Amino acid sequence: MDKTQYCMKLSVQPSRGLVDEKFTILVQYAPPGFRLTIHALHKSDDGHSWEAFAHYTTSATGTVNVSEDPSLGGTYSGVEQMGLLWSLRPVPGSSPALRLRKVNVQTPMEVTISVYQGHQTEGFMDQVQLAGTVVERWYMAPGVRRVPITEGGLTATLFLPSGPGPFPGLLDLWGGAGKLVEYRAALLASHGIASLALDYLTPKITMETGKMVTNDYFETAYRVLEQHPQIIGSRIAMFGLSLGTSMTLKMAAYSKVMKLRCVVCVGASHVQPVVGSVQELLDYSQKNAGKTRINEDNQVIYRNLMLPIPTDPAFKVDVGRLQCPLLLVVGEDDQNWPAYEAAMDMKDMMERAGNSHLLTILLYPNAGHLIEPPYSPHTRFGAFRTVNTREKVVALWGGEMVAHSRAQEDAWRKTLVFLREHLYSTNPGAASFSTNNQGNN
Amino acid sequence: MWSVHFATQHLNASGSTWLSETKISRRLSTMSWTAPPIVSVVPSRALVDEKIKVVVENLPPGSPVTLHSLHHSEDKDYWEAYGHYFSDHRGMVSVAEDLSFGGTYTGKEAMGLLWSMRPVPGSRQGLRLRKKDVCSPMLVNISVHSGHIAEGFRQRPPLASALIERWYMAPGVQRISIKERGVQGTLFIPPGPGPFPGLLDLWGGSGGLVEYRSSLMASHGFTSLALDYLSTDYEDPPFSSVEKAFAILKGHPQVIPDRVGIFGLSFGSILAIFFAAESATVKPFCCVCVNGNHIYPPGKSFKGMNQELLKNFNKVRVDENNHQIWRDMGRAIFHTPSNKLDVGKINCPMLLVNGVDDQNWPTVESSEDMADRMNAAGKGHLLTRLEYPDTGHLIEPPFSPHFRATNFTGWATKEKVILLWGGQTKPHSDAQEDSWRKILAFLQHHLYSSLTPKAKM
Repeated sequence: MDKTQYCMKLSVQPSRGLVDEKFTILVQYAPPGFRLTIHALHKSDDGHSWEAFAHYTTSATGTVNVSEDPSLGGTYSGVEQMGLLWSLRPVPGSSPALRLRKVNVQTPMEVTISVYQGHQTEGFMDQVQLAGTVVERWYMAPGVRRVPITEGGLTATLFLPSGPGPFPGLLDLWGGAGKLVEYRAALLASHGIASLALDYLTPKITMETGKMVTNDYFETAYRVLEQHPQIIGSRIAMFGLSLGTSMTLKMAAYSKVMKLRCVVCVGASHVQPVVGSVQELLDYSQKNAGKTRINEDNQVIYRNLMLPIPTDPAFKVDVGRLQCPLLLVVGEDDQNWPAYEAAMDMKDMMERAGNSHLLTILLYPNAGHLIEPPYSPHTRFGAFRTVNTREKVVALWGGEMVAHSRAQEDAWRKTLVFLREHLYSTNPGAASFSTNNQGNN
Repeated sequence: MWSVHFATQHLNASGSTWLSETKISRRLSTMSWTAPPIVSVVPSRALVDEKIKVVVENLPPGSPVTLHSLHHSEDKDYWEAYGHYFSDHRGMVSVAEDLSFGGTYTGKEAMGLLWSMRPVPGSRQGLRLRKKDVCSPMLVNISVHSGHIAEGFRQRPPLASALIERWYMAPGVQRISIKERGVQGTLFIPPGPGPFPGLLDLWGGSGGLVEYRSSLMASHGFTSLALDYLSTDYEDPPFSSVEKAFAILKGHPQVIPDRVGIFGLSFGSILAIFFAAESATVKPFCCVCVNGNHIYPPGKSFKGMNQELLKNFNKVRVDENNHQIWRDMGRAIFHTPSNKLDVGKINCPMLLVNGVDDQNWPTVESSEDMADRMNAAGKGHLLTRLEYPDTGHLIEPPFSPHFRATNFTGWATKEKVILLWGGQTKPHSDAQEDSWRKILAFLQHHLYSSLTPKAKM
């Protein structure tokens, strides 16, 4: 086909947005009833290519509006405004078990959106596009400041919102893969919360001494937030995912130094030796390693390590001691941690202790372990190297793509409302917050 | 009491910084530390013609607050706007929904904090805000202050603020300097495989290379060439310059050769009409003419035009501020029949956008005359006229501030004066918003959708 015959127009609005904002993709001036494929391509920070695509047929006026028209097939189907992002997957021929994570949060994620003729499923790179455009997705809003923190022996990065402050603070912990993961803290700062991303598994001090950090390390991080001139010491939250929830719940329940305003845990478990810190937690997992299962695809299912939920109080955090609100985000198909069973047990403990009014559980059927900020691709399984054993495996995280993506979107919105309510409101419960931060709907 | 003195660094997308220092005194009492309000602006990074939603939350209910915008221009001037609001029972202000009760704009104005900006008190006279470097965004600080205040914004710390970026260039747009065949310009190519419809972008008689409208048009899918038509090797600027630039566009691999239009403002519009009517080689597919007209003295030389202006310069009046009004000089030139271009010869769609209060050029009256002549020649169906009351000469992309009178160094007189462009801020801003939408629709309709697929061979 002679591509100069058609001059269709592809536009994405807005062309620059935060990663949790929606966009509208519009194709115009195509012939009516024309079959086309809209394709998204992204090259990650670590050099891998990810793609998504969907099949559409133009209307009588030659247009496609992705927010209103159904995809007839591709990596997603139906009316899905953001499907081209959350259904991204590694291009054919890629290394198996990749995970898409932004490492450098000071640059945007760039996605190339293109239109191809017909309903295509492969070989996009060998074809000529009919139209194309570039979209930027940012983890950092303008004016957010990124401050590396090394005081007190910490390996951390602080993100301060734009403006004079002072701001509520938040301590952000990720999971068992370790490293300093900044993107969620950057995004939270873009929503007005001064957030400290903390590397507690592979910090400089551990790499140099070979010793895992103790509870003091987390209290030092808390103090950095509390004493910062632009942070309100009485309004500090803690946010954990996976292994990060273990330390979060431990500190929230037992620390005499940390006076948390509220806590968010994603894919959480309170099961761990109550005495001790990171090393004891890892030893406990190691001791139970025999309970891991391998499925027919050779993916490792870790969830049974912590099952059954112990009755011995020495092996689970006493959440009955919590004095601040707790939000648990649970994927019912979590194959990595027994988040559902743990949540039910925590609920039980809190009901018996009389503090269950502090607890909110968000349960998402068919969602997996890694419930991340919205529109990021779902990772059902991934390469994983545990910090203590250094063994390379493919871990099964769980979840089905569409349900998991819906869970990410819903959980993030509810998490932001929860954090705003408890960190900002003078009178929690009385205020109701806008969803202005959810962008163009 | 303890004071915190710190420097706040703001990073823009290109990595350079601008510093503002804020001194804050806070009472040290963890019990009474309430959280400050939050300002959120969505989208925080946008094209200059995209709307934003400004919301303030966590205010005390029913409190008077002032929303303020501040921009530090490339020329180092400060521009600001502000509006007076009352928070609702939830402690919220939503600029898109609530009324401003005073300030540089009033009423329900979602974009008021941008279009009503003006230089801060004490600034130099006659300023105009124009982005020179289109590869970096315009940074605007949106802040909220307690009470209804009208001055001294930069001397007191706000309750909260947010930084936003306003871009003239979408991601993926390419910028290419053009210095060939004796012309100087900048070409902006949209992202994608192309080719695209083309646009020749012609500004007014003060000359220079003005890129921002071209980069914005490229962000909307047109390969656009911003042309400095006065700076050229040729002896007859702007004519050969425009001819060569048009040819460069037509011949460019990223341009559909028979879909090239002209977008003109002021003298640039006069040129567009000239070429549409008189040229055998430059045949625009359609033209957008903002505040120009069909005056061009015979001989069609630039020197000839200069001479006409000088001859009639005695008709220039000044207003009470000593700002020059050129409208009557334009009228005098206009009323000489031999100065009128033969618009009956135009064969392409023309969109005329005029401000009724244009004090610089008699654009509305001359567009009446142009319509009569085109109708008489059976070409009336090609003409669309948009006329905006209380609107001045400089009708620019939407949400940019209104300039009623600014500094000008003319090519005719070489004198530094302040010219009165006209218009009142609110109606002029409405005109910019409405006309931009209609201009884009006009260009898309003619340059995009009139393409029909050819039969397969």
